[in-house]
This record gives sequence, structure tokens and C-alpha cells, in this order.
Amino acid sequence: MSNVPADLSYTAEHEWVSTEPGDGIVRIGITDFAQDALGDVVYVQMPEVGTEVTADAVVGEVESTKSVSDIYAPVSGKVVARNEALDSDPALVNSDPYGEGWLIEVQLAEGADTDGLLSAAQYEQQVG
Amino acid sequence: MTETTTAPTAAEKHTALHEEHAALGASFTDFGGWQMPLKYGSELAEHRAVREAAGLFDLSHMGEIWATGPDAGALLDYALVGKLSAIPVGKAKYSLICATDGGIIDDLIVYRVSEDDFLVVPNAGNAPTVAAELEARLAAFEAARGAAAVTLRDASAETSLVAVQGPNAEAIVLAVVHPDDAAAVVGLKYYAAVELEAAGIPVLLARTGYTGEDGFELFVPNGRAAELWKALAAAGEGHGLIPCGLASRDSLRLEAGMPLYGNELSRERTPFAAGLGGVVALKSKEGDFVGRAALQAAKDDGEGATSGQRLVGLRGLGRRAARSHYPVLKDGVKVGEVTSGQPSPTLGYPVALAYIDVEHSAPGTRLDADLRGKAEPFEVVALPFYQRQK
Repeated sequence: MSNVPADLSYTAEHEWVSTEPGDGIVRIGITDFAQDALGDVVYVQMPEVGTEVTADAVVGEVESTKSVSDIYAPVSGKVVARNEALDSDPALVNSDPYGEGWLIEVQLAEGADTDGLLSAAQYEQQVG
Repeated sequence: MTETTTAPTAAEKHTALHEEHAALGASFTDFGGWQMPLKYGSELAEHRAVREAAGLFDLSHMGEIWATGPDAGALLDYALVGKLSAIPVGKAKYSLICATDGGIIDDLIVYRVSEDDFLVVPNAGNAPTVAAELEARLAAFEAARGAAAVTLRDASAETSLVAVQGPNAEAIVLAVVHPDDAAAVVGLKYYAAVELEAAGIPVLLARTGYTGEDGFELFVPNGRAAELWKALAAAGEGHGLIPCGLASRDSLRLEAGMPLYGNELSRERTPFAAGLGGVVALKSKEGDFVGRAALQAAKDDGEGATSGQRLVGLRGLGRRAARSHYPVLKDGVKVGEVTSGQPSPTLGYPVALAYIDVEHSAPGTRLDADLRGKAEPFEVVALPFYQRQK
């Protein structure tokens, strides 16, 4: 049974979204279910800071030895931070997917919100 | 997003070691109709254990078909592409079974256990096909030459296969054999096999593997497989041995440049395209064998050398890995296709095997792999990608 924290929002593509940073900035990562299914992550490709991203568009990828998975932007906006630690230690995605293994932070575009995302209960139903 | 499965389907068979894997917390995957351990923990840790210490694998999904009798060697010479009758007792040979059109039905290892006993080991998913082909080829062999003194017996369902692979494999095997057999283990050459007792269990011990490391494969009756598995696991404590699943087996064999049936080898490819022309005994076998005419024609055409495509190694110059079925391009034009590809855990860069038009297959050639719409640079390199220090 994978870990699905109640205070986060989710996408059907196994990303989580946290509004914790505040000021219209959200933090994005992949879920415990996703990291477990992928296996040991060896490379994470993420957009550079300043990149404009559109909800549901591919913005990067997570590679393990046995497979690769696209990262979709859960929301529209501008990338304001990327987790540089993953460049040298991509395994953080496996060991701490909701913490040290976060991927990017996005400043929500005007009018964009997280209302369309899945709740923890809804996501749990999907992966359960 | 992944091929991993946790719930078995009705079609999936379990090996005699299934309970051991479940107790070790394995995640399972379907492979060749079998539910096999994909990994027990981290597949990268399992990969590293085999490169640096030792790994324990359940390979019981592989087939075991015995050909027995004075004509067994002659039958195998007719049924397979190699000259199996020339294998000395106690040695083994890598071979292929091809269709009449030269396409590869399977790759396999043939052991000559005694003068009149040959053990044929095909891949899991192909074992029933190979068993049926051998029966059909025996019938054709007899139709052409009269009754043959050979019987075929498919022992796949009652035979388990356990592998110990890695630099510490020999020390671990030595710990479970009788001291009187120690010299036989140490002296056992690559692609040789000996019957002895391991942990008091009669086994056929072969020095073979699919990892690019030193290692052993132990054939054992199902009823004693768990006992052998536990004895090897216990003997491996202190030698860094951990159980390893198919995920690491795949990354290990890819680094070693070894082909996988279904990826590199298929009915659509001949041995010459696959770089296995040396396995085809066109010269040393005088008699006919299945596929001979087509294989002679392929060789005469220069397939894999001056015509068609050949299997090559590709090294990624960036960090993104090419995966199976990705197109390979030269100046934007498709010149081949990836059959296997991964980030190499040992080497730290992406590696891939691919069929490439022969004119672009020389080592050093710069090509691109189409990674989901974006071209990434790769270079043709000599195989294997990884070779152990001897």
C-alpha cells in the first residue's frame, strides 16, 4: 500500500502538488506509488527556472533502469525553482518522494488554480 | 506507466521457489508465462551486488530438455545450427535453433553431461516450442535416415535452476560442496559442467551465466530447490550475496552485450544479422540441418556484414536512455531500431543494442536515437559495453 498524504493534491499521472510554499507557488513531485512502480530512479530531467509550463503538457521525465515516465505539469505557470539536489542524487525521488525528492516549484499563471486536481481520497481510489 | 504486476493472472506459473521469493518480499513480474521475481529491494543494489560480490537468481523458468542415446549428437546437429556432436563430455556450447527460413526460434545452451546425454536449455517462453520442434525434427531426421537411437524428454516442469553470479560465486559454491569436490569446482572452466552434491543435494553444476561475471548455474530437482536456495543464501552471508530479480538480470546482461530472445533475437532475424554467425556450423557440418540453405544464402549475401542490418552497441552521449523500439536516425533518416536500452548502472551512461543498416554500423559512427520525438546523440561502440577484469 503506497503512502498518499492527505494534505496534498494529485493528478492521474501520479504527480503530487503542494500549495505549502504559498504566494501562488506550488511544489510538485511524483507520488510514492509512481516511484515504487518506476524502480530506482537514475536520472530526472526537469525544466529550467523561468520556463513557462502548461497544465497537462510534458515538462520532463523520470528515468529508472527499467523504464521512463514523463512528468506532466499539473498546473499552468512559470517554473521558479527546480530541485538541484536531484542532479547528483536522483535516488531522493525513491527515498523521500514527498520531501527531499520534490521536482519543481511553479508560480501559478494568472487565473490558474489547483481546484481541478484529485484529492488524496480520489487518488487513493485510483491507485488502490 | 510500468510493466510491473503484483497480482498473478491464471496463465502465470510459479517456480518451486515462489514461497522463498514471497517471504523475501519480492515484487513479481510476468516473464515468459511465469511469475518471476522482478526485484527484492533495489534493482540497482542487486546489479551492484553481482558486479562487486554475488547475487542469487531463480532461473527455474528456463526449459530443460534431455536428448539421450547414441544418436543424440547427430539429432542435435540436424536440429540446431551448431555442431553439438563435437562437444566433449562435461562441456557446453551456446547454440541456436532456426526455422527453415533461417529465422531464430530460440537461443539455447547445450550441455553434454555424458557420452549419450545432452541437456538442451531453451528460454522460458520458448521451451514448449523448442520441445515440439525437437520432436518434429526427430521425426524428419528418422524419415530421412531411418530409426534413430535417441529419446527426447522435456524435464522443464520438474527441474529448477538456481544461479550464483559474481566475483564471490566460487567461494560460495565451495562452501556448499564436499571438500573432495573443491578441486573440481575451482578447475571448472567457463561453459563446463559437472555432476556433484551441493549442500548434500545432487546437482548439475555449470560455470555459465548471463551477467558478464564469473558464476555458476545449478540444475536441481524441484523437490530440493528450496533447500539448495537456502543453503546458498546461508553460504553467501559474509560474501555479500543477495537475492536478485529479473530487473538486475536484464541490466547485467545488457552491459555484457548479451542478446535477449524477444528483444535482439526473433524469427525476423538470422544469426548473421545478430552477430552470431560464428555459431552457425556451415563448414564443419557435412550433413543437412534445419535452416541450412537459407543460412548459407544469408551468409553468401553478406547479411550483417555488407548487406541488411547488424546488431550493434550504442553508447549515449547524453543522459537520456534509448529504449526498445525507439528509431535510430542518421541525419534525420531512420537507419535502424533499438532492441534494448537502459542507463548503465556500472558505466554511468546510457547503453543500447540496436539493429542498424550495415553502412552505418562501424564503431565510432555518430547516430541519433529518437527519444519520444527528440533526437539524442549516440555513438556506435564495440561490444561488450562492460567486461570484467580477469
